[in-house]
Amino acid sequence: MSDVTHEIPERIPIHIVVNGVGHTLDLVPWTTLLDALRDHLELTGTKKGCDHGQCGACTVLIDGRRVNSCLTLAVMKDGAEITTIEGLAKDGTLHPVQQAFIDHDAFQCGYCTPGQICSAAGLLAEGRARDADEIRELMSGNLCRCGAYPNIVAAIQQAMDRP
Amino acid sequence: MNNFQYSRATDIADAIRLLTADPGAKLIAGGTNLIDLMKENVERPSRLIDISRLPLRDIEETAGGGLRIGALVPNSDLAYHPLVEQRYPLLAAAILAGASAQLRNMASVGGNLMQRTRCAYFYDTATPCNKREPGSGCSAIDGLNRNHAILGTSASCIATNPSDMSVALVALGALVHIAGPSGQRAIALIDFHRLPEDKPHVDTNLGTGEIIAAVELPKHGFARNYSYLKIRDRLSYAFALVSVAAALELDGNAISEARLALGGVAHKPWRSLEAEAALRGRAATPDHFSRAADLLLQGATSRAHNRFKIELARRAIVRTLIQAAGATPQSQAHKKIA
Repeated sequence: MSDVTHEIPERIPIHIVVNGVGHTLDLVPWTTLLDALRDHLELTGTKKGCDHGQCGACTVLIDGRRVNSCLTLAVMKDGAEITTIEGLAKDGTLHPVQQAFIDHDAFQCGYCTPGQICSAAGLLAEGRARDADEIRELMSGNLCRCGAYPNIVAAIQQAMDRP
Repeated sequence: MNNFQYSRATDIADAIRLLTADPGAKLIAGGTNLIDLMKENVERPSRLIDISRLPLRDIEETAGGGLRIGALVPNSDLAYHPLVEQRYPLLAAAILAGASAQLRNMASVGGNLMQRTRCAYFYDTATPCNKREPGSGCSAIDGLNRNHAILGTSASCIATNPSDMSVALVALGALVHIAGPSGQRAIALIDFHRLPEDKPHVDTNLGTGEIIAAVELPKHGFARNYSYLKIRDRLSYAFALVSVAAALELDGNAISEARLALGGVAHKPWRSLEAEAALRGRAATPDHFSRAADLLLQGATSRAHNRFKIELARRAIVRTLIQAAGATPQSQAHKKIA
């Protein structure tokens, strides 16, 4: 693991569409998508929790699929369509998962909530969860240190039943 | 994370050329393990070669009735593919037992095979580790080794391979198709990962400049009598203490074909042809399953904290074979063990 001398590479231009708005960014290649969203586009709704893919706070949808933005290099997503928590509501109407989280008081401190909601939106799109056990299993990539899990599961069940 | 150069490979030959030209370069596809290791300074590549846009995303039937799976197929797409669900449910179950939904959406099949151990000392750059820093010593052998290997260990390393997918693939007899500077070759997955011996920094038998192109499953998928049982400290999103992939072909209650592989216990998925041979031609009874477990665990050794794994593995093997024989596979969502 000897140290290697690196030339500082050039910034790489990328174009991404975030919440329906196109952005051109010049990024050094080690910029994660999470840092690009928060630090370059000032979309701070997506949270940095563990920064290692273990907590799910950074979950966003890329081309409709839920992923950990902290383990994604922004330069690899040139051309992608990204949806963050800021882009889920449409025309002033909350996404069914957002409304269900409010209806069920599915949070306490709220730090994990953007990731929980984006993950649940991805789960609904996948269509694989049919009952509470399957919701719990397929949401296991999102931790909530306040322990709001029972209400999170109830909220997702409501969103599944009333899309 | 260290600074690095970034290249986007235009085709497989380009990726091989870039990989051969720069000994410090690494391929990146899903990135779920590599980016994490780079953030920990365990991996410090001089260049990342982005192969995520290469045309290796197809799942297609082979002339022999098997399935060829492109190396870039995401883990979730493979687990939920209709042909995998119908014909290779053991593979689907093993994939769904691993990681989280987000990580399975990102992680590729090839990357799953290339993921590195989760030994805490491998991650901790303040401690010696022969896998991370060859010749520096092993901190796990006399350290905290509750999660470590009980089979195939060496005096240099007792790390385990963390993959669930590989355990099912090894049980099913999968092949790995490899492209490299001197052409293409295929090897059995059981021969892809290696034991640590005195070179634990080398995880696989992949040569310089070689790339995984595809994984191939043989025709026989054991879709009726199979189970994947993963025992871990929490019910989801944790690595295995012990996992078992079992697949049987039954003629009445007589076993005509058996496959058995273990995860979480060795530097590679652990399979014993002797244990499987001992099941063939026998009745599917707990006594015979117990005998197979003994054979599969032959030579198991433990360190200070992982002795429980030997008995845990023995019981898990018997339980998984009972589940397979009864056509009542372990559910990966409803966690009560049948």
